[in-house]
Order: sequence, then structure tokens, then C-alpha cells
Amino acid sequence: MEPLIDIKNLRVDFALRSGTVRAVRDVSLSIGRGERLGIVGESGAGKSVLGFSIINLISKPGRITGGEIIFGGEDISRYSYEKMRHIRGNHISMIFQDPMMTLNPVLTIGTQMKETILAHMDVSDEEAEAICLDKLKKVYIPSPEKRLKQYPHEFSGGMRQRIVIAISLLTNPKLIIADEPTTALDVTIQAEIMSLLLELCENENMGLILITHDLAVVSEVTQRIAVLYAGKVVEIGPTDRIIGSPQHPYTRGLLRALPQMAEGKRRLNQIPGMMPSLLNMPKGCPFQPRCEVRLDRCLREIPVLTKAEGGAQVACFRCQGGDQ
Amino acid sequence: MTAILDIKNIDKHFDISGTILDQLRLDGGRITRKRTVVKAVNGVTLSVMPGETLSVVGESGCGKSTLARTVMGLYRPNRGEILYKGERIDNLSSSQMLPYRTKMQMVFQDPYASLNPRMTVRQILEEPVRLHNPSLNRDEVHDKVAEVMRRVGVDPVWSTNYPHEFSGGQRQRISIARALVVDPEFIVADEPIAALDVSIQAQILNLLMDAQEERGLTYLFISHDLSVVEHISSRVCVMYLGCVCELGPAAELFANPRHPYTQALLSAIPRLGGKAGGHTRLSGDVPTPINLPSGCVFHGRCPHAGKRCMTEAPAPRTMQSGVVVACHAVAEGRI
Repeated sequence: MEPLIDIKNLRVDFALRSGTVRAVRDVSLSIGRGERLGIVGESGAGKSVLGFSIINLISKPGRITGGEIIFGGEDISRYSYEKMRHIRGNHISMIFQDPMMTLNPVLTIGTQMKETILAHMDVSDEEAEAICLDKLKKVYIPSPEKRLKQYPHEFSGGMRQRIVIAISLLTNPKLIIADEPTTALDVTIQAEIMSLLLELCENENMGLILITHDLAVVSEVTQRIAVLYAGKVVEIGPTDRIIGSPQHPYTRGLLRALPQMAEGKRRLNQIPGMMPSLLNMPKGCPFQPRCEVRLDRCLREIPVLTKAEGGAQVACFRCQGGDQ
Repeated sequence: MTAILDIKNIDKHFDISGTILDQLRLDGGRITRKRTVVKAVNGVTLSVMPGETLSVVGESGCGKSTLARTVMGLYRPNRGEILYKGERIDNLSSSQMLPYRTKMQMVFQDPYASLNPRMTVRQILEEPVRLHNPSLNRDEVHDKVAEVMRRVGVDPVWSTNYPHEFSGGQRQRISIARALVVDPEFIVADEPIAALDVSIQAQILNLLMDAQEERGLTYLFISHDLSVVEHISSRVCVMYLGCVCELGPAAELFANPRHPYTQALLSAIPRLGGKAGGHTRLSGDVPTPINLPSGCVFHGRCPHAGKRCMTEAPAPRTMQSGVVVACHAVAEGRI
């Protein structure tokens, strides 16, 4: 089956005064229709830049400097601003971390929602309002008619994120990119938002790219997970497989560091050190300075993603059978 | 065993009504003066035992950080008493409080904000040592700082660097070093790992647990991350709208939550390999702490609320398992 979106060898560079930072390093990913993919990694791994680059929302001095993003048979990474606007509104939507920053505080919810509809669809004002009400019901906003006339500050944090989701649904997109959509929210609200996203994706056969640092959250919602480290995908595969039997030492370390995985031991497993600066990358495998099962080869060569058991791909020489 | 810290029936309210002009309202043709008060902490009673980790959990706005700051004397409670080893500390002046400050230390959430950017790490760490031990000479202070830095895993050669030259995890290590350098007995940690990445969180939690083991420290740990709390606490206190709902041994409370709010809160924890949507749904949102609901503060969202819950605040009751629950439905045997 043809994938919904196919990212090939994507490269994103930020030209800074102190040097060029390659935030996304030759990432290849594809996502099927209605598929839910999680992108996990720690801060600075490049997961947000990757998400933003799909709809070309990277701000200067960042730039896509290589690779392709195939959507609907065309490479959208080279699209003009106008053509990209069409994709962004109609086919791919984005949900950001902080709903208070995403919504305009001086406009009512109704104005903001209708603005989006009228920019992308040829409908009358009444029809637009009907679409708004329909979407607000889908995200379980009580008394939507009244709510349309209210301002963002009149909503709680969880309600605001529901509104943002409703806005992202307005044009019936095929793919939603959600960048840490619940990081600013409490755990009870997070549970509500995640179950809502899951329900909407399943009902509407919508694709989802969920960008988060929280492995537990991602495991509850997605079908596949890509683990990002220093701008590279180090492991990708079915969610059960990544959570159940992670292969890459970094993925293993991340999972074992979670208190849920401590299995009665008091001390948590920790990954020594920290992620390298993108300006000063180590030679060979980017994870090599922190890796406990490092080989000589890891110091010299950069491992590429290779097929592993259970439909996964891993970029690690150790997982590929050692030092041949 | 006597408690290291006793919190007795503490209230902390903040008046946010502003100036007298802000308080005046026109009400039915008459000018009235109205005060707006945020009731952050309401009637909290807790004892912290020596050597334990007591965690306070709850959603944002539940008053857990206010409680921590009140304990440290950063806020003065409106009502109630705080006793440290049997001595009252909530009404002391700052000079009377000074000797307690070597025993009680605090670690804050954001290591970017809690370290002075214009001081080097050495200055940051030496300041509390000099203040509390004026008799130490320069070399002794120097040695003490170097020892604590090594202990928290920051090489003393970096002591002439400034906070911005360190990563988030390293900065939090420095914050912990600043607390440890005066040899405290009791540490209040207010969300110490909330700003950190998963792999760094584990490093900091291990550091806190190691320090506890070596020095016999007692922690009052404030967090919203329930799986972390489950892992490190001996006892857990669940707060909602400034009130304690449930308090008990961590293992018992997580295995067998009794209060309806605790049940809902714990069910919302994302689990590895679980599926979203299995949580207990609560109706509505957390009310503002400005107009507290009458009776039980949770009654508006509680699936088990009865008539009594709307009028009468439930008193804490100790269950057979040792867990303290403030809920009429539990007391009446309805749940």
C-alpha cells in the first residue's frame, strides 16, 4: 500500500554563527493512511524540528537542506509558501504544546474557527458555523453554541486543548502532527486528551504523528514508534516490539530509566552522561560515548538503520551481530 | 517515634483583591467592598517521620507547592502550627529561623531560575557554608564544597564556572549540592525533576535516594509525576483544592486507593503498553480555590457524592490498613 507520507533522507540544518547545526540527520520515515506513529526522544533530539519540517514550519535560520517529503505523489519539501499553505490547511494539521499560545486571546473561539474554515473552504457563514458546532461536539465541548461566543481565557487548560484539536479537525485532514500536546497539562486531563485523540483517529481514519518525550503516553496511543537520538532515528518498529523488547542500547536505557520498569529495585537504571551537542558530535555512532556495549567499530563508523526482528529497524552495530 | 515535622491544621490564604479601589463594587445601587481570597491550603494536618520520604501529589493548583513553601517559612500560615522536632517554627522571625535553616533545606523545580546566574558554582555553594558556619576557615569551606560537589557528581574543577555553562541535569545537581552543603536533616524538594529529561530524571532520583541513605535524610517531596512518587515514597499524601483527601503508605495507597479522587488520579497514569481511554472520567474541571465548594471540596466532580457531601466537610478517618481517608462515602461504607 502506498504510504500517506514518505520522508526520505530528510536533512534540516540551522546555520548559526557558531557553525551549522544539523538537527535532523538523514531521517527516513513513512506513515500509512490512518496510522499512528510516535516520535520519542529527549529534548534536543530533533523531534520537534522533524515534526515541523514535514509541513515546512521551520523558522530561520533553519532550512531543509536535503531529502524529500512525498505526500500525494509530490515532494512537498520544495513547495512554495502558497502551495504549502494549501497542504497545511487542508491535508495536514498541527497541534502544539501550549493551547494558550496557539489560540488568539482577543478573538472568540467561533471567530478563530470560522476564520480557518473560510480560508480553506468555499462555504457560507452559516455552513461554517454548522461545521464548527459539529467539530466541537466531536471533542465533547458541552453547550457548543454558547462556547463559540467565548474567549480562550474562559476555558480551562484541557478545554483549550480540545478546542485546538477541534480547529485541527475543521478541514478533515488526513494527518495530524501533535507536538507534545499534553506536556503542559495535568495527568487527568492528559488521559482525557489522549483518549480523545485515539478515538478521533480511529473513527475518522486519520493519521497521527505524536511527538513526545513520554514513552508511556506514546505506548498507549500509537502503533509504531520511532526513537530519535541526536537528530537520527536509532530504532523504529511496532509499539509492542519497541516497548516489549527494545534492541538499541539507548531505547533500552530510556525504558529502564522509567520508575515503572524498576521492578522492585530502589535504584533506577540511569544512562550515564547526556546527549552530545549537535555542534560537537562524537565520531562514529552518536550514542557511543554513553553506550555500555560499545564496540571498536562504533568509534569509527556511523551505523545505519538495518532490519531487525519483529518488523523493527535498528541502527546499532552491536544489534547487527557485533564487530564483523 | 516522634515526628521530625508536624503540620497542624494549616491554612494558607492569599488576598488577591488588590488596592482598595479594586475592591469596591457597585452592588444593587450600593457601593460594597469585596475581598478576593485564594484559599490555597485548607486545614492540612501531616506528620513527617525521620528518614522517610513523604510525597505530596495533586494536580496544578491543589496547593502542594504552597504547603511546601509554608513549611519552609517562605509563607506564614494564616492558621495552624508547624513544629520542627516539637518546636514551633511558623511564628519565628528570620533571625530566629536561622538555626533551623541548616536543618531544613529546599530544592526547587527549575534549576535555571533557582541558581543566581551572576555567581560561580563555588560562590553559590560557599555562601550557605560561610553563613551557617562562620568559624570555618577558607580551606575548610573549600574542602567542604569540593566534597559535596564530588558527591553529587559535578567535578570540582568546574567550580569557577557559571550556572549557564551547565546542562539542566548538572544544574539540578548543583541545586542539590547547595542544599546538602549545610548538612541538613530535612529537605523539601518541590518538583525537583519536572524540568528534566527521562534519562536525567533517573540520575537525579538516584542521587536523591543515595543521599538519603548516606545521611539519613528526610524528604518532603512535591510532585505531579505519580509513577516517580510511587517509586521513591514511603508515604503519599493526595491533595485536592488545598485539602488532604488521602494519606497513607505508598504501596497500600497505590495498590488500593480508597478516595474517589485518588482512584481517578491513579487511573490516569499512562502505563507502558496500556491503551488510552481506560481511565476513570471525572465530570467538569477543578473549581477555582477562590470560591471553595461547600462540604467536601470534591463533591461537584465525585461520582459517589451524596447529600451529606454537599454540606458537611468529611473528617479524616484512619482505616484498618493505616490509610487516612477524608470521604463520607468511604466512612459510610458506600464505596
